[in-house]
Amino acid sequence: MLRLESCHIQNGAFTVQADLQIKAGSKVAVIGPSGGGKSTLVEAIAGFLPLTQGRILWRDMDLTEMAPGKRPVAMLFQDGNLFPHLTVAQNAGLGLRANLQLSSQEQAQVLRALQRVGLGDLAERKPAALSGGQQSRVALARVLLQQRDLLLLDEPFAALGPALKAEMLDLVAEIACETHATVLMVSHDPKDARRIADQVILVADGIAHAPLATADLLDNPPPALKAYLG
Amino acid sequence: MARRAQPISALPGAGAALVVAALIFGTLAAVALRAEAGRGFGSSDWAALRFTLTQAGLSATLSVALAIGLARALARRRFFGRSVLIALLGAPFILPVIVAILGLLAVFGRAGWVSQALGLFGYEPLQIYGLHGVVLAHVFFNLPLATRLILQGWQEIPAERFRLAAQLNAGPRAIWQLLEAPMLLRVVPGALAVVFAICLSSFAVALTLGGGPRATTIELAIYQAFRFDFDLGRAALLSGVQLVLTGLAAFVALRVSAADGVGTGLDRALRRWDGDTGLARGLDAFWILSAALFLMLPLAAVVASGASGLFLLKPNVWMAALTSVLVSGLSTVVLLLLALPMAASVALGRSAMIEVAGILGLAASPLVIGTGLFIVIYPIADPFSLALPVTALVNAVMALPFALRILVPRAREVMARYGKLSLSLDMAGGPFLWRVFLPRMRAQVGFAAGLAAALSMGDLGVITLFADPEVATLPLQIYRLMGAYQMQAAAGAALLLLGLSMGAFWILDRGGRWHAEA
Repeated sequence: MLRLESCHIQNGAFTVQADLQIKAGSKVAVIGPSGGGKSTLVEAIAGFLPLTQGRILWRDMDLTEMAPGKRPVAMLFQDGNLFPHLTVAQNAGLGLRANLQLSSQEQAQVLRALQRVGLGDLAERKPAALSGGQQSRVALARVLLQQRDLLLLDEPFAALGPALKAEMLDLVAEIACETHATVLMVSHDPKDARRIADQVILVADGIAHAPLATADLLDNPPPALKAYLG
Repeated sequence: MARRAQPISALPGAGAALVVAALIFGTLAAVALRAEAGRGFGSSDWAALRFTLTQAGLSATLSVALAIGLARALARRRFFGRSVLIALLGAPFILPVIVAILGLLAVFGRAGWVSQALGLFGYEPLQIYGLHGVVLAHVFFNLPLATRLILQGWQEIPAERFRLAAQLNAGPRAIWQLLEAPMLLRVVPGALAVVFAICLSSFAVALTLGGGPRATTIELAIYQAFRFDFDLGRAALLSGVQLVLTGLAAFVALRVSAADGVGTGLDRALRRWDGDTGLARGLDAFWILSAALFLMLPLAAVVASGASGLFLLKPNVWMAALTSVLVSGLSTVVLLLLALPMAASVALGRSAMIEVAGILGLAASPLVIGTGLFIVIYPIADPFSLALPVTALVNAVMALPFALRILVPRAREVMARYGKLSLSLDMAGGPFLWRVFLPRMRAQVGFAAGLAAALSMGDLGVITLFADPEVATLPLQIYRLMGAYQMQAAAGAALLLLGLSMGAFWILDRGGRWHAEA
């Protein structure tokens, strides 16, 4: 269970309040109008924004004061998820060791992860030589290697076309199943939520609402969501 | 509450800033304690102050006035070699002063090309030593800089405005009033202040072309008080005056100047619809040709007269060259050890104090730091035996402001783009430094290192205070050869120095960009 206990998240002059729980193993979409605080919520869970009040707990572990890299969190950002000067294998290998001193066993593990996402023969390429979809796959191979309990996605596939995006979301769902990860996915598209999320958190006007079942919420939207969906 | 997480510590940068501040203020304090204020300013000191202000004022005015014409011509003409010429305008920055002076002597000196041409018509040869020689050399160095600063102003006028002016059928006068004059009002004060500040503290030019009671700058007077009279009290007093002057000038220059002339994109040519008359074309061609001649002839002279001298170089010149390479290498390493942590700290937002420490080098004069270091070292060790490390250190501090201008914007970009990703991958500390920060900064590190190496290689400043007859860097050796009227050997050594400076810059700058991904 991921618990946000009466959290106040400060992002410049803007505050987001959250008091909610997410069941372990679920896939949750975070939707709402832009500027409403979706990214702020996710970045606080990842440890990039401090809380002015409240705490964040994963199972029995208090994450509130933990450094981002020490949290049981893997995160994909909107862009810049790969280092352009590192090879595909190195970018993925960062999920195992930050200093890239990989044993031969770990190197084999990296290769398997790349094969899993369909990039086995591109291991020595640099990201610039890859298509947008392939770059996303490298980042997902890294997530696979990181083996973290929580996977946070801050619209990493926003630049991809609809078909490619759907493909990536399916891959995310598969990887989450394989690693038993709990997924939080920021999106501005309700279709993404319907595709892979069991639940939806609505973030609007600085308040993150408790998660509700996807179909229920999207079929009978409350006024704030209705205003956003149009 | 959780501190804001950072991928790298800001502490080393603060430490480096502290070292720089301690060096500059420490030497300043040493100088101040030694200065004998009671004795006051002698008449020769007043003369030095007057001459310093006069030559800097004249140099700044002339450089900027000529630069306006040249920049205007460059801004509205497109021709073959334009981008090469504009790139060359950046070269004097890393051109060793002593090399340029030899070139100017070969062109404008008593036995130079111009004097010889005048002789054919029965005129007297030119006299280059004194005020006009100093101003000539300063214009040679600062006309290109001023041109780049002003050209930047021209390029920043949006292309749409020129299109609008053409649409309104505005003539040259109207374009001048509408677009160009307001831009110049904004840009010219900054250019004047920058050139004035640079000319205040230029030492090597005054050392070689000035001298005597009527053409001594304060920097030169410090050197003479120190070197000839070993009058530390007077050197300290003059240093204090110099510090106030350069500090004020640097402050004013930073306040009124926005551009730095280091930026790229200056070779972009705007589409213009004005200035199509024959007169305008002729005038622009005149500006561009004469400027190109003025800037290239002295260098051509060095290459021409140095080529034969290159084979006659004595072992002591090669020794001096080796010394210069070592000093330059050491200086570059010191610079990077200071500048990289400082750039990282500034990029993390711990900026104010560190940025101030970074630009202190602009206000400090190398001779003042040298004097202070001498006073500090004198009681505990033989300063002359430390001549080379001291030179390397002072050169590094002088290059620091420029290095930071190159490194900081990129460091900010790297932190903004890869900071969070690195943190989420638990790469904080060493892995971030070696795997992300340095690889992403490579091109800028190479550029900054190249500038530092070239500046140090060509520097003729603090080494003159400390060197004993046994030790010399290549610029000092050239100066000694000139003093002994061995002009042929000096020209050969100057060509060697030119090659070393440009080579060091080229290798480091290229090395940084080699196989670097965008």
